[in-house]
This record gives sequence, C-alpha cells and structure tokens, in this order.
Amino acid sequence: MSFVYLEDGARFEGASCGAAVAAVGEVVFNTGMSGYQESVSDPSYARQLLTFTYPHIGNYGVSTRAMESERAWARGAIMRSACDREDAPSAERGWLEWLTDCGVCAITDVDTRALVMHVRDAGAMRGGIFPADIAPDAAASVVAAEPEMAGQDLAREVTPARVSRHGDGDGPLIAVVDTGIKSSMVRELVRRGVRLELHPCTATAAELTAADPDAVFLANGPGDPAALDYVVDTVRELVGQRPILGICLGHQLLCRAVGLETFKLPFGHRGANHPVRDLATGRIEITSQNHGFAALGPSGERTIAGDEPVRWETDFGAAELTHVNLYDRTVEGLRLLDVPAATVQYHPEAGPGPHDSLYLFDRFLEIIATAR
Amino acid sequence: MPRRDDIEKILIVGSGPIVIGQAAEFDYSGVQACKVLREEGYEVVLVNSNPATIMTDPEFADSTYIEPLLPGPVRQVIERERPDALLGTLGGQTALNLAKALHDDGTLAEFGVSLIGADYDAIACAEDRELFRAAMDGAGLRMPRSAIATSLHAARDALGELGLPCVVRPAYTLGGRGGGIAYTDEQFERIVAQGLEVSPIGQVLLDESVIGWGEFELEVMRDRADNVVIVCSIENVDPMGVHTGDSVTVAPQQTLPDHLYQRLRDQAIAVIRAVGVETGGSNVQFAVNPDSEEVLVIEMNPRVSRSSALASKATGFPIAKIAARLAVGYRLDEIDNDITGVTPASFEPTIDYVVVKWPRFAFEKFPGADPTLTTHMKSVGEAMSIGRTFGQAFAKALRSRELDRAAAAAPLPDEELLERLRTPSVDRYEMLLELLARGTAIEAVHEATSIDPWFLRELAAIARDPGSPFAGARSFRSVDTCAAEFPAQTPYYYSGWERRKASEVRRGAKESVVILGSGPNRIGQGIEFDYCCVHAAMTVRDSGREAVMINCNPETVSTDYDTSDRLYFEPLTLDDVLAVIEHEAELGPFAGVIVQFGGQTPLKLAAGLQRAGVPLLGTSVGAIDLAEDRGRFGALLDSLGYSAPPYAVAASVRDALASADAVGYPLLVRPSYVLGGRAMEIVYSPEGLADYLEREGAAGGEIYLDRFLEDATEVDVDALCDGQDVWIGGIMQHVEEAGVHSGDSACVLPPHSLGEEMLEQIRGATREIALAIGVVGLINVQYAIRAGRLYVIEANPRASRTVPFVSKAVGVPLAKLACRVMLGEPLAALDLPGGREGLGHGDHVSVKEAVLPFDRFEGSDALLGPEMRSTGEVMGIARDFPAAFAKAQAAAGTPLPTRGTAFISVTDDDKAGAFAIAQILHDSGFRILATRGTAHTISRMGVPVEPLNKIGEGSPHVVDWIERGDVDIIVNTPTGVGARADGREIRRAAVAHRIPCLTTLAAGVSAARAIARAGLDGEGEVLCLQRLHDDGDRTAVE
Ligand SMILES: Nc1ncnc2c1ncn2[C@@H]1O[C@H](COP(=O)(O)OP(=O)(O)O)[C@@H](O)[C@H]1O
Ligand SMILES: Nc1ncnc2c1ncn2[C@@H]1O[C@H](COP(=O)(O)OP(=O)(O)O)[C@@H](O)[C@H]1O
Ligand SMILES: [Mg+2]
Ligand SMILES: [Mg+2]
Repeated sequence: MSFVYLEDGARFEGASCGAAVAAVGEVVFNTGMSGYQESVSDPSYARQLLTFTYPHIGNYGVSTRAMESERAWARGAIMRSACDREDAPSAERGWLEWLTDCGVCAITDVDTRALVMHVRDAGAMRGGIFPADIAPDAAASVVAAEPEMAGQDLAREVTPARVSRHGDGDGPLIAVVDTGIKSSMVRELVRRGVRLELHPCTATAAELTAADPDAVFLANGPGDPAALDYVVDTVRELVGQRPILGICLGHQLLCRAVGLETFKLPFGHRGANHPVRDLATGRIEITSQNHGFAALGPSGERTIAGDEPVRWETDFGAAELTHVNLYDRTVEGLRLLDVPAATVQYHPEAGPGPHDSLYLFDRFLEIIATAR
Repeated sequence: MPRRDDIEKILIVGSGPIVIGQAAEFDYSGVQACKVLREEGYEVVLVNSNPATIMTDPEFADSTYIEPLLPGPVRQVIERERPDALLGTLGGQTALNLAKALHDDGTLAEFGVSLIGADYDAIACAEDRELFRAAMDGAGLRMPRSAIATSLHAARDALGELGLPCVVRPAYTLGGRGGGIAYTDEQFERIVAQGLEVSPIGQVLLDESVIGWGEFELEVMRDRADNVVIVCSIENVDPMGVHTGDSVTVAPQQTLPDHLYQRLRDQAIAVIRAVGVETGGSNVQFAVNPDSEEVLVIEMNPRVSRSSALASKATGFPIAKIAARLAVGYRLDEIDNDITGVTPASFEPTIDYVVVKWPRFAFEKFPGADPTLTTHMKSVGEAMSIGRTFGQAFAKALRSRELDRAAAAAPLPDEELLERLRTPSVDRYEMLLELLARGTAIEAVHEATSIDPWFLRELAAIARDPGSPFAGARSFRSVDTCAAEFPAQTPYYYSGWERRKASEVRRGAKESVVILGSGPNRIGQGIEFDYCCVHAAMTVRDSGREAVMINCNPETVSTDYDTSDRLYFEPLTLDDVLAVIEHEAELGPFAGVIVQFGGQTPLKLAAGLQRAGVPLLGTSVGAIDLAEDRGRFGALLDSLGYSAPPYAVAASVRDALASADAVGYPLLVRPSYVLGGRAMEIVYSPEGLADYLEREGAAGGEIYLDRFLEDATEVDVDALCDGQDVWIGGIMQHVEEAGVHSGDSACVLPPHSLGEEMLEQIRGATREIALAIGVVGLINVQYAIRAGRLYVIEANPRASRTVPFVSKAVGVPLAKLACRVMLGEPLAALDLPGGREGLGHGDHVSVKEAVLPFDRFEGSDALLGPEMRSTGEVMGIARDFPAAFAKAQAAAGTPLPTRGTAFISVTDDDKAGAFAIAQILHDSGFRILATRGTAHTISRMGVPVEPLNKIGEGSPHVVDWIERGDVDIIVNTPTGVGARADGREIRRAAVAHRIPCLTTLAAGVSAARAIARAGLDGEGEVLCLQRLHDDGDRTAVE
C-alpha cells in the first residue's frame, strides 16, 4: 500500500508496484494511450511524477527500441491498472520489473481520473508517492522541501558529461545543445543523412562551432527555460552566425535568446492528440506534446487569436508565427525572418505519438541547405 | 472551406430493414445526418423502407419516402424531388450499392445529382476488390495474397497458388454473406459456388488465410482540405477468422506497442487517401502478425459502419454527424467538439476507460444452422459496455447480453474443451472462462485460440473471482473524448469502480424521468423498441422534465448523447438500473421510471423496481402481472365473456401429456420462459408432443399448452388507455394465418377483409380488456378469428413491435401520446383524431412485411411458424392493398415477378385455394407448374398446368427447376405433420436464389392479386409521408 500526496493536501491511495522508494517531484499527466516506456525514458520528464490517464499500462512490456535515452528519467509513475508482462511478443522485459530496476517509484490502483481532474483544475503542483505508513504531515514536509519546477535548471541533470557523435557520411554537420535530447530526435536527423555532435548544455559558442557545423540544434529537455540563462546567452551569440533549429525546450531557449518571453502553463501539454495548425499550409497535424512552459505572443498574450502568421519584433529582426495549437491557441512554432532560425514547441519526432509532423525535419534541412 | 451554397436539397438514402450485418447503427447515423443538414439550412429528402426507424419520422426530413430501396422507386423520388446531391455514405452497404446503381444507370447524371461524401470512384475503388488491391499496391501497402475468380474453374486454378485453408469472399455482399473459410477441397467447391451465386457481380475473392493473426480496425475521418484524424482504434479479442461483427472487440487497442500502433495509423491514413474518400468517415481493417509485426490491410469501408457507430459511442466523437458536415464542405477544424464545447473536431479522442462490445447471437432459433463463427457474420445484435478497466468492461458486457438462458460451458474434461476451442463458436467464452477458472495454463488456451495472453490473463482473474473487477465503490464517470484534459459539457455517463465513490453527474433542478431501453438487438426485440424509447425521451423533454436514458446498445439512436438530457451507458440489470436511479434521486427530484417502451427487457425489471420502492410511471406492476399470468388473464377474459383458445399450464412433462387431451389437438406448446415465441411448436398428436417434451421439456419449468386454431386469421391491435378511456391506434390484419408469429407475418392496415361487424367486436374487446387490466399507456392485443369467432391470443401491456408501423400508417405518434398519458395527461386532453382508427386517414393502405435471415443460416428450414425468426421489417404504402403488398415484397428483397413461371405445391386442405391462385396467375400470363396432387386439382378446374416431379420422383424435379432459375414465384404450404422434407428443400432453394416463396395460401392469394393488379413489381407510384398525412394535419399531434 502507498499513496500520492499533493502539496495542496490532496491524497490518493494506491498500491506500490515499482522501486520501494518514496519519490517527490512535479505531478503531471499524459493523455496518450500507448508509449509509456518512451515517456518514462524521456529526459524531459526528469524530476516529475508522471500520471498516465490511460488505465492499463504495461500491456506490451518494455523493449530496447522504445528507449528515448539510456535510462528512466521520470521519478515516479502513477497508474490505474499497471501490469508486468514479459511474454508480450515485442517485449524484452516486464514493465514493473523494469521500473523497479530503474529505481522508478510506481503506484497503481490509483483513481487517476480523480487525480487528473484535480491537477487540471488546481494546476500542476509538487507531490510525492509515499508508503502507507508515512504520516501525512511527514509527507507534507518532504513535498514542501522539493523546489518548485518554475526556476529549475534541470538541463544540467540530464545533459551528457562529454561530446558524442552520431551519423556519418558527408551530410550537414549539426551541433546539438543536448539539454536532454530524445533518441528518436537523433534517429530522425541521422536517418536524413545528418551528422550530429551532441554537446553538454554548458558548452560555449566557441565549443559548439569548433567543428564548423552547418547548424546548431537546440534539443528538448526538462525544467524552466528561464533558469537557463547561460544557454540562452550562448544561443544569442550564435543567432545569425549559424542556422538555429529547436524543438520544445530548444524552442523556448531560442525565443528567450532573441528577446521573447516564456511562461508556465497551468498544467502543461502532455499527450499524443493535440491538433496544431501549420500556418504555411493551413494543414492540421495531430501532435505529440510534452511541455510545461510556452512562449508569449507578440503583445505578451498567452494565446493567439487568429490563424494569421503574426509577427514579433525581436532583437534579431522580425519573427513569424508558423504553428498554433488549436486546443488552447498557444504558440507552437515560429521562425525568424532576417536570420535562419526556426523552432517548434511540440514533438515532430513523435516517440511516442503520431508521425504527422516528421516533415518538419525536412524543412529544417532545407533551411540549412539554403543557408549554406 | 465553409458550407457549400451550390447545393440546397440533399437526398439521404437509408439502409432498409434490419438484417444481419446492417442494424440500427444506420438509423443512428441517418438521424444525425438529417439533424445536422437541416440545422445547416438544407432541405432534406429521405428514402428508407424501414418504418421502425426514427429517421423516417416525418419531423426528421422535409420529405420522407417509405419506399423500396431499389433503383426504380428511388429514381422516381429523384424525378419528383430534384435533389442537388445524394448522400449515400450513411445508409450502409445498401445505400452505397444504390448510389452506385443510380450512377451506372445514368439517373444521377440525367437529373444532375452529385454524390457527396464519397464519390463514385472512391466507392468503386473500396468495393471492387481488384481496384482496391491496385490502390493498396500503389500506396505501398500489403494485403493477403489473393486471386479473383468469376468461375469455379478459375477458382480451382487460383487455389494452387494460395493453398488451404483459403478465405472465400463474394464481392459486394454484406457482412461476408455467402463467404467462408475452406479447409478442404470439398468445402472450397461449395463455398465458391455459393459465393459466385450471391455476389451481385458474380465475383469471389480468394484470400491467403491469416487466421489467428490479430485483427484491428481504425476509424478514420478526412475533410476536403485533406486533414485526417483517427477517431478510435478497435482491437478484436477474437483473432482473424471470426468476422468483426461476431468478435468480442475492445476499444482502444490494448496490445500493440506505440511504434506498431503508429504504423497502423499511418497506413489507415494512406488507405483513405489512396481510395480517395474526399470527406467523411471510413473504417479500415488490418491483420497484424504479433511476432513478425507484419501488417496487412484487409478491407476498408468508405462510409459510416457498425464499427463507426461503436467508435462514436465509445469515444463521444459523433462520426456520422461530423461526416455530414464534412460532406457539405466544412473542415474538421471548423466544427466544434460539442462534448468539450471548447475544442475543434480536428483532434483524436483519447479515453481513460475501456470499452467492450459483445455480439448477440440467435442460433437457438435456427435449429440445424452451423453455430461456428467464421468470416460470414451471424450475430443479430450487440451490447457495449464501458468500465474503468478491461475487467470491469468485460464483466459488464457479459451481463449486458441478456441471454434468455444463462450460458454455461459443457461439463467436459480440459482436453475436450481445449479441442472445441480450436473452432470458434458461439459459446467459446463460456468454455474459455471455465478452463481459466479450472486453472488451465494461459499458454494452453492461447495455443488453442490465438487470443492474446494479455486478454486471457484479465479473463482468468474474472473467471476465478467474478467479483474481482468490482472492488471498491461504483462511481459515475463521463465520456469526454479527452481523458479529463478539458471539462466535459455533455452528460454522457458510465459507471466504473474506484476506491472511493466519485461522481461527475451534473443535473438540473427539473424532475427527472428514467427511461429503460431495450438492450442488444435480438430477434423478437429489435429497433422498434428503441424507436419507442427515443419518442419517450422526446416527450419527457417536451413536458419540461429531464429525460434520463439507460441502455447498452451502441447501434441505437437512444444511446446518442443528445437524445436525452442524460445518458447512462449501462447494462439493463436490476442492480445497474437501481444504482443509476438511486444516484439520480440523490442529486435531485426524480419522478419515476418508464418500463413500457423497451420491450420485455424493462418489463422484466418492473417487479424488482417496485419492490425497491421505485415509482413506475404508467401501467402498474399488478396490471402487468394480470396480463402476463395466464391463469389470471384467462379468468379476466372469462369474466368479460371473451374466449381464449382452450389451454392448460402443465407443471411437469407427465402432467403435460395428461392435460393435452383435455385441451385437444393440434396443440401449440411452449416452455414458460418463452420470449418472442422461443421454442414454440405446433404438435398434432401425443407422439408429436412426447417428441417435443423430449427436446424442450428437459429445461424444466412449466409448459404451456394451447389448442392451436387452424385456418384462423390473426389480428393485432395497438391501443392507448389512460385507465378511463381507450383509443384504438390501429387494427392490423395478418396476411399469414395464425400460427405464423405476429412478428414474422405480413399485415395490412386497415384490415382488408374483416367486415365492419367483426371490427366493432375487436374494438369493443380491446377497450374492455385494456380497462379491465388497468392499462395506463399502451397495450397490444392479439386475436385469432376462426369460423367467424373471435379468440384472444394474448395482451401485452406495453409498446409492441408494431407501434412505429401503426404510427406511420395512421400519422399519429402512438408512443409519444402513450408517454404523455403515463406522465398524467388524460386521453381527452390529447385531441386525438376522431373517427375510425387507422382508417380514413388519407385513402392509403399500409402493409408491413417481415425480413428473414434464412440465407445466413444454411441448414435451417426457411419456414414460418409460431417462433419468431425475422430480424427486421419493411413497409409498403399505396392506394390499395395489392399495390402496397407488392411494394412490401419488393422492399423485403423479393420483388414479385410480372411474368414468367409459377410453381405451386400445397397441402390437401389448401388445394381448393391453390386453384384460385393458379387461375389469377394464369390469367396474368404465367406458366403454371405444380406437383402432381396440386396439378390434378388445378387442371380439373380447367386451368392449364404442367405436373412436376417431387424430389423423390427423380430428376428433373422441382428443385432442379428452381436451381436452373426456371421458376419465378413459388407457393408452397407445408404439409401438416412431419415429412416436410420436400417443402424444406424447395424453400431452401428459393431462399438461395432469392425467389419469392409464399408459404401460406393467404400470402399466395395476396401475391397473385398484386401481380394481376397491372403486373405490379413494387414500383408503383411513390408517396411522400408528409403529404400523405397532411389531411387533418395529424403529424402535428405532439
Ligand atoms: N485473409 C484472411 N484470413 C483470415 N481471416 C480473414 C481474412 N480476410 C478476412 N478474414 C476475416 O473475415 C472477416 C470478414 O472479412 P472482411 O473483409 O472484413 O469482410 P466484410 O466486408 O464482411 O467485413 C474479417 O473480419 C476477418 O476476421
Ligand atoms: N391458440 C393459437 N392458435 C393459433 N395460433 C396461435 C395460438 N396461440 C399463438 N398463436 C400464434 O403464435 C404466435 C406467437 O404467440 P404469442 O402468444 O403471441 O407469443 P409471443 O409472446 O411470442 O408474441 C402468435 O403470433 C400466433 O400467430
Ligand atoms: Mg469487415
Ligand atoms: Mg404475440
């Protein structure tokens, strides 16, 4: 027996089913119906307790191909009906066994819908998964001790210690600021003949450009972009020098680098069904989403009213809106008009999720090609 | 892309009678389309031959035509109404085929009608296996290796390539009709031959077998801007080889890892683009090899389907409604998701519960039929259930099936059961659960069934402890399309079990009325009852109260979330219903529950509800019992001075044999648990009775014996009663004589040969019986008239199967009026049309004809009897009886011939009548054939006739003639006792070759008259329902 405790005092009973440790972090929820292993191994979930809205988790086990990094990053998994199944055709191991080995605290038999409705209404907040014998006030103080997500630099926690290279051939060379890049992002780029150089997020502009890359790519990652000024400064040095492309946290970092503001969403976007409009074609993509922060609109607004490619005045000239979320009208992507730079907030690489947006990687490569 | 203004008038084609493979789901989709298109300001013209549908209610279209769904009549409608467009993707295969036919014969071009939804090429591409395969190749998608054959010879050649087992599927048939899996060469020959026969284009597709692979379906939507979304994924628990319609299915898919699911998603999108369905919903079916991860495309339906109705109810995403908007030009993102109210329809629903669909079968009604499950659909209905976990949903689905008799696995050793499991059959889950309960290894069961072990593990938990899924407290959750990411605006609920009780139900301050639906469609209880429930919901809302619907049938209009103020998708068991009622009462004022409209299902709950202190609106439990208890009802008839056929209720088999003589032969016997005439038989002698008791007596329980009235005319009456007054809605005279279940016999309104005196007797009897029982609402009384004498067969104190038919025939919404009475209004306040019921309302005659599924149950006798076997009905409306009868026959799928050859073979008692038929047909230019005895009588009366061999007398015999297609109409009445072999063969052949076969003299005479009457083939003048009833403006009775 164990329970989920939220900083506002809400409590949800369940049965522990992962590593026998207590875990604290930001409690968030993902509405996807498959892809549990991809999510837990996605560095962007670092320091978070991930609630799965789909009740059955673990049905098809776990396998190497579904890893989005070398390890599990979420601190905890909150589920309605978890199962451990290693005999699934594509499975190498059972889900719960794997979570346990990865040291991920997990709880099942939780009324996840009640928990999700609570977070939806009260906003994402800190919480913990505790054994039943922990007293509420004890739980409360542990949760209170956990720092708020806003203001957190988590990139340092997930970034690699040293540079690594991927892909070969004579395709474009891209320097990546690895704030926690997902394997499927690497895969999609390498598949397109790109050579990647993954740098620690603390790399300087000089280090990033040492090998004379054709472009700089800003990866996804955990935490608050506002806490990453050192990365933002580095990026600012590079804007105009090299084409800059970014996804998710990378998108937020570029925005801040050119002088735009980001803000924390009430409970974020996490799932595989958000409609996003590509303003260039008018087409709608069903997207994979995983972010808690977003960029503000041209006049500081949190949502974009129309479907026009509205413009920002940035420190590097005009920026134009390229993608908008049709669920809550938030900014999903933009590009700079005077220098080669384009980013999106959502996850074109999927992993998990729909493949509607894979074309964006080709668009990125075109930008690099034209800049060459 | 906004609404199209270049079209103003849209023709919607329905799907016709309920048949296996095409049920109520198309009424649901059609109704949504009608609503939406009229909201959008279009003029809607509707054609459908099925009177039991909501869509054919006058208020749902501007002009409604209840006409045969054949090119002729529909062409007439087009000629008359001049629509700009035809929307053919909402009426199932029937509408699709009709749209295709009207294009092919040039009608659409001639009148400038454009196809919207799916255009001609898309339909052709999806429906023609060859074109489809080419399109799939073009899109780089794989299908099972296959060959197409238009002859048995070509098929044999192809078999060399494909090998056995081999899947044989006829082109352009519904639900795989006429197809099957051949394991042996003999089977191959047989199935191919029959496939070529039933395919309208004489073509069969031979597929490499992938039996045992996983089967998945994706529901796809596309708009004119090429935006595509997947509404829902459905996984079949039963692997490939069992038709999706017969499989237990789950939404969303449970066993595919994300990368594999995304591959299906990509392919589904590629399929809809390749086929070129411009706008709307399509259903794409896949086979997946779980080990190699190979994915094969099985088929796609370029229209809404049974699965899309299921997907809509499973996710809250109204596919048909949105398909209709897309068809008139909107883009997905221009349409609101009315469940959340704040998000557009251009998204993919995500759910946080599990949905299970269970098929409902009816094999017990077709002795001799093969009960194994294969590629050819055999189920007659389905139940859906929603739970927070698969276990909850599956267990709820089990109790939603409402089996007449609790299903149980045969007490056999494990090995035996495992062996039986290898061939999918109706009772496979009973066997499977039994094995799992005994602790049989998951691997063993998986090996025998190929069912994914994940499901087997979940089922094992249920098998060991049926209560296990229901730990905790029942909580009411909403279906919100978004897993709670946004608050839901639409009150669509289900119960799930959680640690602590939770409820998302929000209700207003008005008092609520709970309406109990009729559960899964089955023979004896079909869409007619859903029709009544929907009318009740409308009436309750109009009365300023809140309508609360409880039902578990995903096909229906009643389970559309905007039919009622609150929808609870729940099984119709006492527990589940009481839980909802208690919750409703807990949250606000509660007026009571209506049990009169959902057929026997809610009626069976009445007593329990009353015991629990729940107020019943309308007829009291006491009154219901008075009508249903044979003893009490018999006494009531005596006291009123009306006679019933002599009867006895036997407590035991011995007792039955004893009391039989007292009652007198021939006897109509049935067990007491009977529903829809279940297990009812006519026996002519003690031997016959003994034999019957052998077979049915075993079940135990009381046995009813009635004197069977031979050559009696049956009459059905539907009436309204408020306890003080009675209003007769309609009197229907059956075409077939008593002995053919009221649900299976054709009937005519007004009666064409009863005479005013008898009608007056019937009215009087109905009034007195209704008042004596104390009916408040509807009552249906069945009579038999023999030798000028009136007998009462039974009285049902509830809405009957014929309510929709009568309402449409007379232009008075009986169910709505009954509901108002139940809510407390006196009949006097309803300003009912005066004069004689069902007569004088316009100068038209209405005929109802039943549609039977014999063609799906080879081996069972295509003979009508006291046990109901029809799945649906059609209506024919015309200026006179013969014309209406001809229309009804055509609508039922067997148009009467206008010329050709008639074969007549009747019992000795019928010989005289047979002459009359022969005379009429001869005068109409028919060549007359008959078996010797019959021929003798006929020729003696001076009508030229050619004698034919009986089967026993050697070839060429009658069946050879039929097989050769040399017979155009058959009149064949069963020879009283036993020895029905010949007739059986004749009828089987007739069904197989779709030749009108009239099994009663009465029907034969009616057909002959219809043919004589200017050679009517059902394509008489088409009539518009609205104009028909304009006189006296009765449709306005609301
Ligand atoms: N190649 C095949 N091997 C095994 N089973 C098949 C094959 N093709 C179809 N089936 C089974 O037959 C059923 C009906 O086939 P389908 O093409 O969907 O026809 P329908 O139009 O009747 O739905 C499918 O649901 C599937 O279970
Ligand atoms: N005594 C009888 N004589 C002749 N036919 C009868 C008699 N009783 C019933 N039938 C026939 O059997 C059919 C079914 O009987 P009924 O009592 O109506 O059962 P159900 O409850 O299934 O409607 C009737 O429609 C009628 O055609
Ligand atoms: Mg199919
Ligand atoms: Mg009856």
